Amino acid sequence: MISKKTVQHLADLSKLELTYKELNKFQKQLAEILNYFCLLKKVTTSQVLPTSQVTGLENVLAKDEISPSLSSKEALSQTKNQHNNYFKVKAILNGT
Amino acid sequence: MAQKETATGVTMKYTKFTTIIGIEVHVELKTKSKMFCGCNNHHFQVKPNTHTCPVCLGLPGALPVPNEKAIDWCLLLGLALNCKINNLSKFNRKNYFYPDLPKGYQISQYDSPFCVHGKLEIKDKMQKPRTIRINRVHMEEDTAKLVHAKVDDEEISLIDFNRSGVPLVEIVTEAEIHSSEETIFYLKKIQQIVRYLNISNADMEKGSMRCEINLSLSIDGKLPPFKIELKNINSFRFVKKAIDYEIKRQEKILRLGKIPVQETRGFDATRNKTFSQRTKEEAHDYRYFPEPDIPLIKVSQEKISSLEKILPELPDEKARRFAKEYKLSTYNANLLTFSKKRADYFEEAVKIGKANQVFPEIIANTIVNKRISIKKYLPQEFVKLLLKKQTQKINDQKLISKVITKAMKSNPKAVADFKKGKQVCVGFLLGQVMRETKGKADPLLTQKLLLEKLKS
Amino acid sequence: MELNELTVTQALDGLKKKTFSAEELVKSCFGKIKKVEEKVKAFITICEEDALKNAKKTDQLIKDDPQIFEQKPLLGMPIALKDLFSTKGIKTTAGSKVLKDYIPVYDATVVKKLKAAGAIIIGKTNLDAWGHGSSGENSDFFVTKNPWNLQKTPGGSSSGSGAAVSAGECLAATATDTCGSVRAPANFCNLVGLKPTYGRVSRFGVIAMASSLDSIGHLAHTVEDSALFLKVTAGKDPLDATTPNIKVEDYSKTLKKPSKKIIIGLPKEYFIKGIDKEMKLAIESSIKLFEKNGFIINTISLPHTQYALATYYIIQPSEVSSNLARFDGIRYGEKRDCFGEEAKRRIILGTYSLSTGYYDAYYLKAMKVRTLISEDFAKAFAKVDILLTPTSPTPAFNLGEKIKDPLKMYLSDIFSASSSLAGLPVLALPCGFTKDNLPIGMQLIAPQFNESLLFQVGHYFQQITTWHKRRPPLV
Repeated sequence: MISKKTVQHLADLSKLELTYKELNKFQKQLAEILNYFCLLKKVTTSQVLPTSQVTGLENVLAKDEISPSLSSKEALSQTKNQHNNYFKVKAILNGT
Repeated sequence: MAQKETATGVTMKYTKFTTIIGIEVHVELKTKSKMFCGCNNHHFQVKPNTHTCPVCLGLPGALPVPNEKAIDWCLLLGLALNCKINNLSKFNRKNYFYPDLPKGYQISQYDSPFCVHGKLEIKDKMQKPRTIRINRVHMEEDTAKLVHAKVDDEEISLIDFNRSGVPLVEIVTEAEIHSSEETIFYLKKIQQIVRYLNISNADMEKGSMRCEINLSLSIDGKLPPFKIELKNINSFRFVKKAIDYEIKRQEKILRLGKIPVQETRGFDATRNKTFSQRTKEEAHDYRYFPEPDIPLIKVSQEKISSLEKILPELPDEKARRFAKEYKLSTYNANLLTFSKKRADYFEEAVKIGKANQVFPEIIANTIVNKRISIKKYLPQEFVKLLLKKQTQKINDQKLISKVITKAMKSNPKAVADFKKGKQVCVGFLLGQVMRETKGKADPLLTQKLLLEKLKS
Repeated sequence: MELNELTVTQALDGLKKKTFSAEELVKSCFGKIKKVEEKVKAFITICEEDALKNAKKTDQLIKDDPQIFEQKPLLGMPIALKDLFSTKGIKTTAGSKVLKDYIPVYDATVVKKLKAAGAIIIGKTNLDAWGHGSSGENSDFFVTKNPWNLQKTPGGSSSGSGAAVSAGECLAATATDTCGSVRAPANFCNLVGLKPTYGRVSRFGVIAMASSLDSIGHLAHTVEDSALFLKVTAGKDPLDATTPNIKVEDYSKTLKKPSKKIIIGLPKEYFIKGIDKEMKLAIESSIKLFEKNGFIINTISLPHTQYALATYYIIQPSEVSSNLARFDGIRYGEKRDCFGEEAKRRIILGTYSLSTGYYDAYYLKAMKVRTLISEDFAKAFAKVDILLTPTSPTPAFNLGEKIKDPLKMYLSDIFSASSSLAGLPVLALPCGFTKDNLPIGMQLIAPQFNESLLFQVGHYFQQITTWHKRRPPLV
């Protein structure tokens, strides 16, 4: 019910590289888990609204006020690749 | 791997194509702080990575809190574009990977944006007014800025997160724009409105206004099965050139019985050509889902009313009023209302001028013809100068009368229109006299004489 | 009794009365760490130097102002933090190799609050990487053992926090609970674990697992300690938009037995076949004890309980897949190839549930069932004040027993899922022992933001029982 190709596609979407072994294993395990999810088909939900948050909060907003930022030294403290106060990555073309 | 154009199997040698364009405009709001954190929003020519915090750097554990002012401004723009405001909106996560996107998702809106179903009047190729429907106006956050460089012989990209999390409003039209002229008109109109609202600098060159043009040629007027996205073009002039080029390019492909490859294209200004920006075959599936970190946003009727109250008179409306109230030509009215600042200046000068018998038409002409710079003088000084200039003017009645007669003879339609009740023609004829006398005729005297002659 | 075996309440009392110093207290914890840590392996990072420095400072503070405890309710208390809590200047790994060298530049709101309350951080505890697991075995670094039996799991994902408090390496510890990660360790290690109402405690700075579910809780020996702790951590945080502005009660002061008769509901869906026999007995005798002491017991139904785990395992991995997208190795941490197997599995599963064509059938469907599950509770709480259920189907299981079978591991969360999905506060507390001397626990579930009722009922139970006073035999 879930193909290796699909698992590979999902890995690509989520920027993960899977070994052949992992691919096989995940295919099997995902199939089993997805099969378990079929349980939900038994629940009638046509008249039910979805819940994405449970707090019932609305309009929690911040005033437009400036608060202190990190120094560039702090901002860059955890990267392995930097250049002239910039984060550095391999060349990417402009635009996707 | 580049894709090949697929054959349509139809000969379209003689088909006439319709250009179908949909536009997405992004404007950066000039709030004090960013969209979801308190970092200084200012990022143009600022030392890189100095306006960042755990939130806009996407550090583990950081959470977004939306900026109220940014949302208000998005709603205000929605109202200016005649949108319906959704009374319940939410933010969604748009998931994709790119080095300029620190969280691996952009907080945006999806199925319940703040504003929907708007409209905006533009002019078509023939200057005929037509209405463009606006699909939505929504709120999102900007990405970081990428700079491309070569360091130690290595091609690299550098990332500055000062721009990450800057409030961004996206305005999406329906796909119903048909030419580069209409596109530019629309873009300029959006820019003008945004500037009137004073919510963004909307500067194409500096990137605070950006547009994506979705363009395809249709055989039957319906939306074709492919679209080309023109992106990363930073001036109106180049947008126009890119569209015109792209129309020709697609036409050529279609005439060969093929379908253009669906892709993103940029514009090479030196070669005057669009070019493919496709890097590699990448899977796209944004997997939108409701942003769990931000509660829903309810927009009350009171909120809408309070925003409507602060909504300024917009350029089109103002131009119509100027034309009517001050008896200006449409041309002058449009020029004077180009920016709110100019329009306000004019009205201020008119107010001061009234006490000194200086007519609005004269003030309008003086501003439009830049005889006195409005940048250098306050309205008060402007009127004073105008009066002073008038005293140095030609005030030989006979001479002016002669010029008036000549102007009336060479513009019989204007004279006839005046007789039919079109007051605007006075301004026009006045302009002709001014031109003939190189602006030296005493405007007050000229106006008096002109009116006498017209009415006789 | 050694100082490190005291409860927070007792230790505070000792400090106030100057029976011992903060330095002695902290040193006693490090003494224990030196003795047992090699076996238990609860900590990823130990902050001995800083902790001792802070203890000395604390003693000076107490000397200067004996009243300082009023401003600093956890003054001098040696606590541990689950390694998901960002600590400025202290390595924070989330139990994952992706963050093996990551040092945050900021403190989580809860960490700030605990520091301000005078607590002394003695270390960062091990966990299932990113909080993904029920046994602690998914840590990318090493496996934490249960101090009651080193062959057994201490419960996950807050395995290190559970083991550390249980073994007496610290007096209390922070933990997070997305679906049982506070409750399982409480249950398996004979501790009191609080999963507060979703939104009661700020999530800011705590590395996110599933944003709509993550609850920031803690583990301690007694309900009294748990109440004291929540008073410090709870409250509206301007940096977390999901924390409502609801008053934080002085939980310690309202610990007395509730004045009215409390109706305890027993959801029949939780008392099913497959529950460990000894566990069932222990819970039943606890129920009888409540009844004997004037509580009213009613059996009720939460009809959608059976769908909770499937619902949870759709929503949670979906949010996980998005929350783990920021780890790209550009600004911090290692590249994405450093994710462990469980993280990869959840990312892929979540990506599937959210992708075009499957969203409606999985994610949207799960969000709708979530509504029904919340409504079940609302209906139940119209009839009863509080719910009592087992915390998990079995006591601590063997390390290695479920790790090869993800679905089996997921099923151990079965009694945690509903209350997590509904965002309710849950208190897990000890209620017995197996004949093999393994702890048995139960959980109390209250309506949203009614932690004080949980504490009242839990505290009452601990006054008439002594299970929570037992310490593991481990030397």
